Amino acid sequence: MTLTLSGVGYRYAGADRPSLLDIDLELPDGAVVGLAGPSEAGKTTLCLVASGLAPRTVGGRIRGSITLDGENVDAWPMHRLSQQIGIGFQNPATQLSQVSATVFEEVAFGPMNLAVPRDEVVASTWEALATMGIDDLAERDPLRLSGGQQQLVAMAGLLAMRPAHLVLDEPTAQLDPAGTTLVGEAIARLASDGTSILIAEQKTDLLATVASRVVVLDEGRIALSGPTDEVLNDPRLVELGVAEPAPVRLARAARAAGIDPARLEAAHG
Amino acid sequence: MAGGDRLNAGPISTQSRRSIPDFLGRPGPSAYHRLNPLTKAALATVTAIAAVVLGGLIGPIALVVAAVGVPALVAGVLGRLVRTSLLLSLPIALSAFLVNLFFFPGAERVLLRVGPITATAEGLAFALEILARILAISGAVTLFYLTTRPADLVVDLERRGVSRRIGFVTNASVQTVPAMVERAAQITAAQRARGLDTEGSVWRRARGIIPIVGPVILGSIAEVEERTMALEARGFTRPGRRTLLWSPPDSRAQSVLRWTLLAALVALIVLRLTGVVA
Repeated sequence: MTLTLSGVGYRYAGADRPSLLDIDLELPDGAVVGLAGPSEAGKTTLCLVASGLAPRTVGGRIRGSITLDGENVDAWPMHRLSQQIGIGFQNPATQLSQVSATVFEEVAFGPMNLAVPRDEVVASTWEALATMGIDDLAERDPLRLSGGQQQLVAMAGLLAMRPAHLVLDEPTAQLDPAGTTLVGEAIARLASDGTSILIAEQKTDLLATVASRVVVLDEGRIALSGPTDEVLNDPRLVELGVAEPAPVRLARAARAAGIDPARLEAAHG
Repeated sequence: MAGGDRLNAGPISTQSRRSIPDFLGRPGPSAYHRLNPLTKAALATVTAIAAVVLGGLIGPIALVVAAVGVPALVAGVLGRLVRTSLLLSLPIALSAFLVNLFFFPGAERVLLRVGPITATAEGLAFALEILARILAISGAVTLFYLTTRPADLVVDLERRGVSRRIGFVTNASVQTVPAMVERAAQITAAQRARGLDTEGSVWRRARGIIPIVGPVILGSIAEVEERTMALEARGFTRPGRRTLLWSPPDSRAQSVLRWTLLAALVALIVLRLTGVVA
C-alpha cells in the first residue's frame, strides 16, 4: 500500500502564510523516508498532514491530494485512517492514554477502541510487544517506565493497530542516548519487517542508519530529496540548518587536515 | 464483536497467538480489595452521604468505625488510611473545628477566653460533629482510593454501558494529579537552580510559588493538544462500544448489597426530612 502526497500545501487556521507548499512525497511498502530540516521548517506539520490529523483534528486548510493506493482519503474519518497510518510524537508521556494499568492494556488501547474482536486484540498486542522487544514489560505500569521505554510502548501501541505506514515525529527528541538507541533499534527492526516509515528527525546520524531516502524541508518546501547517502553528503545541508552526520563531519575535518577520509575508515574497520 | 473493525494482516512479525495475560484483573490481596469496584464505590458514597445526613456525633463515628475502620483492617490498609485520610482532611477539619469552637453563633456557655475570642461548649459540640463527618467522608473516599484501581472502575462502568468518554475523563483526571506533582517538582528544581528562593519565611515561600505554578499549568495545557491528537490517532473517537479485554468480577450478592445500600440511604434521607430521625 503506497501513501502518496501530491502537490500538498497546508495553512494553519489564522496563519498568514502556509506552513507547507507543493509537497510531493511517496511512501511505498517497506520504505523508510527521513525528514530533516531546521526548526519551523514544517516537519511536524508534514507529519500531521501525512497522518491525516491535519486538518481533521488540528483544523486549517489543505490543498493537493493524499491517496492510499490511489484512493483519495479526504473523506475518511480519523479512526479509519488510523488503521492505515499511525503517528507517534516527540513526547512519550503525552502519547500514553493515562488510563491503562499495564503496558499490555496500553498497547491494546488502539485495537480495543476500534472494537476489534478480543482474540485479535490480544494477538496484535502480543505481536506489537514482541516486535518492539518489550514483551517483558507487559505487566508493568506504563507511567513508571523510563522515557525510552515509554516511547517504545507508544510505538507498540501504534503497531498493535497494524497500520501499513508509520509517521514518527522526532521520536528520540526527548530521549537520552540509551533511549535513542532503543528507538533506533526498534525502527531498524520495523523497517526490516517491511513497515514503511516517515520519520522526522534532527539527529541525522539516526537517519543515516535507518532511512533509505531523506527529504529536507526549508520554510515548508522540499529543498533536498534523494537517497540517504546523497542527501546527507550534500554540501547545502549545513546551509539549510541541518547538522551533518558525524561520519560526514569527520570526513570533512580529515580532508581539511590533509588526511584521506578513506584511510580513517580503513583504520576504524 | 459485531460492528467492530478488522485489522490489516499487518507488516509486523508474526508471533504465535497467545491468550489474555493472567495479570489483567489479577485479584486483589484481600476480600475487600476483591469486591467489585462499583460495590466499593457504593459503600464509599453511601458512607459519605450518610455521615452528613445522620448528623450528631454517634452516627458519623459509628460509620467511621463500621464502614471505614473495619473494612480497612480487613483490607490491611488501616495505617495508610489513617495517614492519607488525615493528610487530606486535616487542613479543612482543623479550620472548621476552630471556627466553630470560637465563633459559634448564639453560644452562651463559655469554656475558655483567649483575648477577644471565646471558646464555647455549644461550639465545641458542633465542631466535634463536623469533625466526625469530615473524618467519615475522607475515610470513605480514602478507603476506596486505597483498595481500587481507577482503571478497574472505568472498565466496570464501561461494561455496564457508561460512556467510555466519561470513564476516560474521570480516570485521566485522577492519573493527571501525580503527573502534575512530578512536573511541579521538576520545575521547582529548575527554578531553584536559577536562584529562586522557595525556603525561609512564609512570604518568601508564597512568592516562590508564582514562577512554579505558571509553567506547571501552561505546560499541562500545552500538552492537551498533543494528547488529543494521540487519542485521535488511536481510534478513541470511533463511535460505538469498544472491546474490553476483561472486567472485574461481580456477583448477585454484591448487586443485592448495592441496592440495599441505596435503599437504606434513601430511607435515611426520608426519615431525616420527616423528622423521625433527629
